[in-house]
Amino acid sequence: MADVKLTDVGKTYGGTVEVLKGINLDIGKGELVVFVGPSGCGKSTLLRMIAGLEKITAGTLEIDGQVVNDVPPSERGIAMVFQSYALYPHMTVFDNMAFALRLAKKSEDEVKEAVHAAAEKLQLTNFLDRLPKALSGGQRQRVAIGRSIVRDPKVYLFDEPLSNLDAALRVATRLQIAQLKEQMPESTMVYVTHDQVEAMTLATRIVVLAGGGVAQVGPPLDLYERPENEFVAQFIGSPKMNILPGKIVGTGEHTTIEMDGGGRAVSSVPSTDALMGASVNVGVRPEDFVAAGEGDYIYEGKVGITEALGEVTLLYFDAPAGEDPTIGKLAGIHQGLRGQVTRLTADPAKVHVFKDGVSLLYPDGKNVMVEPH
Amino acid sequence: MHPAIQGLITIVIGVGGCIGYFYFSNQFLDKVLFPARGPNAGRNINRANMIRPWLFLFPAIVALGLYLAYPVVETLRLSVTERIPGGGSEFVGFANYAQMFSEPKFWEAMRNNMLWLIIVPAFSTAFGLLAAQLTDRISWGNVAKSIIFMPMAISFVGAAVIWKLVYDTRPEGQDQIGILNAFWVAMGGDPQTWLTIPYLNSILLMIVLIWIQTGFAMVILSAALRGIPEETIEAAIVDGANPFQIFFKIKVPQIMGTIVVVWTTITLVVLKVFDIVFAMTNGQWQTQVLANYMYDKLFRANDWGVGSASAIVIMLLVTPILVWNVHNARKEMR
Ligand SMILES: Nc1ncnc2c1ncn2[C@@H]1O[C@H](COP(=O)(O)OP(=O)(O)O)[C@@H](O)[C@H]1O
Ligand SMILES: [Mg+2]
Repeated sequence: MADVKLTDVGKTYGGTVEVLKGINLDIGKGELVVFVGPSGCGKSTLLRMIAGLEKITAGTLEIDGQVVNDVPPSERGIAMVFQSYALYPHMTVFDNMAFALRLAKKSEDEVKEAVHAAAEKLQLTNFLDRLPKALSGGQRQRVAIGRSIVRDPKVYLFDEPLSNLDAALRVATRLQIAQLKEQMPESTMVYVTHDQVEAMTLATRIVVLAGGGVAQVGPPLDLYERPENEFVAQFIGSPKMNILPGKIVGTGEHTTIEMDGGGRAVSSVPSTDALMGASVNVGVRPEDFVAAGEGDYIYEGKVGITEALGEVTLLYFDAPAGEDPTIGKLAGIHQGLRGQVTRLTADPAKVHVFKDGVSLLYPDGKNVMVEPH
Repeated sequence: MHPAIQGLITIVIGVGGCIGYFYFSNQFLDKVLFPARGPNAGRNINRANMIRPWLFLFPAIVALGLYLAYPVVETLRLSVTERIPGGGSEFVGFANYAQMFSEPKFWEAMRNNMLWLIIVPAFSTAFGLLAAQLTDRISWGNVAKSIIFMPMAISFVGAAVIWKLVYDTRPEGQDQIGILNAFWVAMGGDPQTWLTIPYLNSILLMIVLIWIQTGFAMVILSAALRGIPEETIEAAIVDGANPFQIFFKIKVPQIMGTIVVVWTTITLVVLKVFDIVFAMTNGQWQTQVLANYMYDKLFRANDWGVGSASAIVIMLLVTPILVWNVHNARKEMR
């Protein structure tokens, strides 16, 4: 049974500005689904439509098998954590967390019990009498989470809950959310972020949004290993995947591509004979590049800048102005490469092939499994 | 000379005088008194910079001293003196105050002032808040706001004249030109001379001030309402609050500081209310207020002693509210 189901959901502002269209999603009970995508792609809008704060202009939204398009937010069984925490500044932490319960006319004993239980979980017991302004950013964020916990919702909605925290606190709070999810395996969570590390670490499934639609849905590693299109390939992973143009010169179980830059790439993604001679893009992640010996190479270029991080060395190759540089991430320390013409290659299993932006792993939208080497 | 030209010359002399003062006094300070050259250049610059603030403040200090501080002291002195027939004055202690406290008209003014004090700020603030909230989300909200704000641009005397027409009474048989009587008669009543009916007439006068001050309250509170973070309201919606609960439990508490400032500011206006009463009833029919009482004593009865005593009473009533108001306004600005 799907807990949250979106069918052909779309959003148009003012009758003309179409922000989202044709969104289909099945979010199962107990899942932690992360919406990720570039800024302005409609993540918050989609989340707010699930919350009921934004009107759904097309399609249907079901929560627990019930169409809730026209059900007010408080009756949808959802709770939301806002990016700015949205704590009520004039209420103590206790009153903030108790607000929803008191509105629901719960007895004061019940309220106390629920608030204290939530405060315990979030290490907030000592701060219950404080006003939000007397709390640190991390504590405020925990109060915001506590405020949703006490309501015991079916679905938790998070809108970039960590983006106002500094880097160290972000990691700590991220772990806390992961633990919280583990303590509440039954509850469904939808989490919005533009940060792909958050998405990779928290999600059971990631929904990549782009251009008003869903670019790909899948478990984090699926998206990393088997991206459906160039957008997802470049969005997931950092530094992003290198995209290099070429032409197919060999088809079959393996695909061979002659690179426009002079090299030759072999990919273990199969291709049909019809693709012979087709212009394609080869995708290789920086971390999948290895130094090419005397043999075949995929990329050849002059190293511009190197960044030695100890465990890895990043090579930024010179690129024509306005173009992203090709990046290699080689294990270990490599010195003296700067200004050198260097050749890189990669394991065929790690070489992606995109025709018209779509991966050959998915001919006709179907996922082809590749034998692991 | 044509009065308009006179006015223009006044403006030119006034503005030119100000600019000239600041320019030449600074020139004098920097070039003659403490020139930034010679062996003591550094010391001179420091000294000049220490004096400069006082140079800028000097005109304001003189003006405030002359028109505010001196009158306060002088009023205090006058309130404990009595005019001697034939010229001069003598010290009489608190006799003026004693005389004033024994006058029923003074206590009527006190009582009325207290009523004004409670009713006008309360209703102005409440209506202002209501108008601010109701005009917030509608397309013609700004037009509505402008109309509600417009009375602020009218002087108190002008407003009094307008409302005197509203409350106007014509002898029976003639057409009633006052809207209130027109309504009253249309409803089947006899025309009333509204401003002569005690208690009701005080309320009718207060309505004039409420009409003026609502616009002020609305503008300030409207800005405050806009300053409330939208997400706290959305959080309350998700928490299940209805529009009334959002208004009273989320919005109003968040702008409480501003409400207090608006309330006390209007309170100060009310305590000093004079023009409206003066122009509409002149304190007759039990509508007297302190400021008009003071004016009566000072300029009609020519009794400077009691007049000054009542002025001191008004000042004593205003001061604590003023202090509190400034305190709250400062807190809001932080
Ligand atoms: N009220 C609105 N009217 C018109 N366009 C809007 C409105 N709210 C948001 N948008 C547009 O919708 C798009 C998605 O916004 P949002 O969901 O906030 O993006 P994000 O993915 O960064 O959370 C943006 O391009 C934004 O400009
Ligand atoms: Mg957003």
